[in-house]
Amino acid sequence: MSGEDRTIGVESAVPAGQKEVPPWRLVSTLGTAGALAGFLIVFVFVATEPSIKAHKALVLRQAIQEVLKGPASFDTLFVYDGALTEELPAGQDPESTDQIYVGFGDDGSQVGFAMVAAEPGFQDIIQLIFGYEAASQRVIGMKVLESLETPGLGDKIEKDQSFVSEFDGVTSPLLGVKTGRATGDEHEIDMITGATISSRAVIKIINNAIERYRPLIAAHNGGGAQ
Amino acid sequence: MRITTPHQDFTRGIWRENPVLIQMLGLCPALAVTNTVANSIAMGLATFFVLIGSSLLVSLSKRFIPNEVRISTFILIIATFVTIADMSLEAVVPDIHKALGAFIALIVVNCMILGRQEAFASKRPVGRSLLDALGTGVGFIIAMLMMGTVREVLGNGTILGFSVFGSNYEPWVIFILPPGGFFTIGFILLGLNYVQSRRKPKQLVAELTGDGKAGRAA
Repeated sequence: MSGEDRTIGVESAVPAGQKEVPPWRLVSTLGTAGALAGFLIVFVFVATEPSIKAHKALVLRQAIQEVLKGPASFDTLFVYDGALTEELPAGQDPESTDQIYVGFGDDGSQVGFAMVAAEPGFQDIIQLIFGYEAASQRVIGMKVLESLETPGLGDKIEKDQSFVSEFDGVTSPLLGVKTGRATGDEHEIDMITGATISSRAVIKIINNAIERYRPLIAAHNGGGAQ
Repeated sequence: MRITTPHQDFTRGIWRENPVLIQMLGLCPALAVTNTVANSIAMGLATFFVLIGSSLLVSLSKRFIPNEVRISTFILIIATFVTIADMSLEAVVPDIHKALGAFIALIVVNCMILGRQEAFASKRPVGRSLLDALGTGVGFIIAMLMMGTVREVLGNGTILGFSVFGSNYEPWVIFILPPGGFFTIGFILLGLNYVQSRRKPKQLVAELTGDGKAGRAA
């Protein structure tokens, strides 16, 4: 501060007649504060990152178990160069590559694929994971991973068990019908009254993802697993 | 500047100058994330932590901060504590972090916190600043709890997830939706102002006639 002796903390922060502060002091104050802040944040980031990542991985593992109805084991497949592969070429970052998961039963037979997909819902992107049985083209389970749908209405897509269980064993492509209009068709999903847009979004996300991955899965099963 | 005792520094933020209910600051989180008691507590504690940390640091470093860049430096300090709170919440209580969403990051622009730095911590000794931050933080938590309790009980029929009315209760979903936040704060403020307006004349009468303090002063 300027050499003069002034009482700190009694009057307003701008005492009249205070000497003008040279620009380098302003820059150095902000620079020092910024550097200290950066150092602190990096420190906390390093300290918290492992448990954040571990939790995300745990949530994903549980979701895969849930939508594949408890497979004995599952493998991660990477979507690389227009095909599904278990091993990535060196230099390709596994975390930034799209992944789907293939589950196996006790006898080693394939029970299905779990895919994560995301598209806009009513308020924000809905991210969900669903299980898909390639041979019968059936969806075998669905779980919403992230959504900001309206509490009490749109969030029924994850909280209303009767809606969630509609996805256990429905044949793709899915077709949403209003409550009471169901005809018993195997493609039908009863949509939620009051959450039509959210229900429709879930159905659309699943249909689009199946369309996107079906050729890849067919190639994978036809070429490797036979 | 009004002279205050340490005791006043602490207590005034809790009720008489409650940041949310009287000063009308920090209304954004008070409306947005008070739909359950658990969210209110988490948001209150996160804000409390940021307020204490920032007040302490601002008060300690006030000598070194030139007046021209004080606001940017305060914001930098606040943002640092918010980022720390954000990461810690995500690591320790991921579910609550997910429920609070973007509102943790938005603590940075909570006027209540910047207000305490500009009006108090940047001019007062460290001890007083801490007391002031503690009082204001507690006041904020109390306001958040009032909102959260009313909204969760009416909107969901539960407190902290435990059922209050039993299974026959039909929840007023509106209270956990955004409009319910406005209704709740509206009715709380209405009640507070009604009580205050009733009390003021009585106090005045008591001071004029009662113990004679007012008379001596005159």
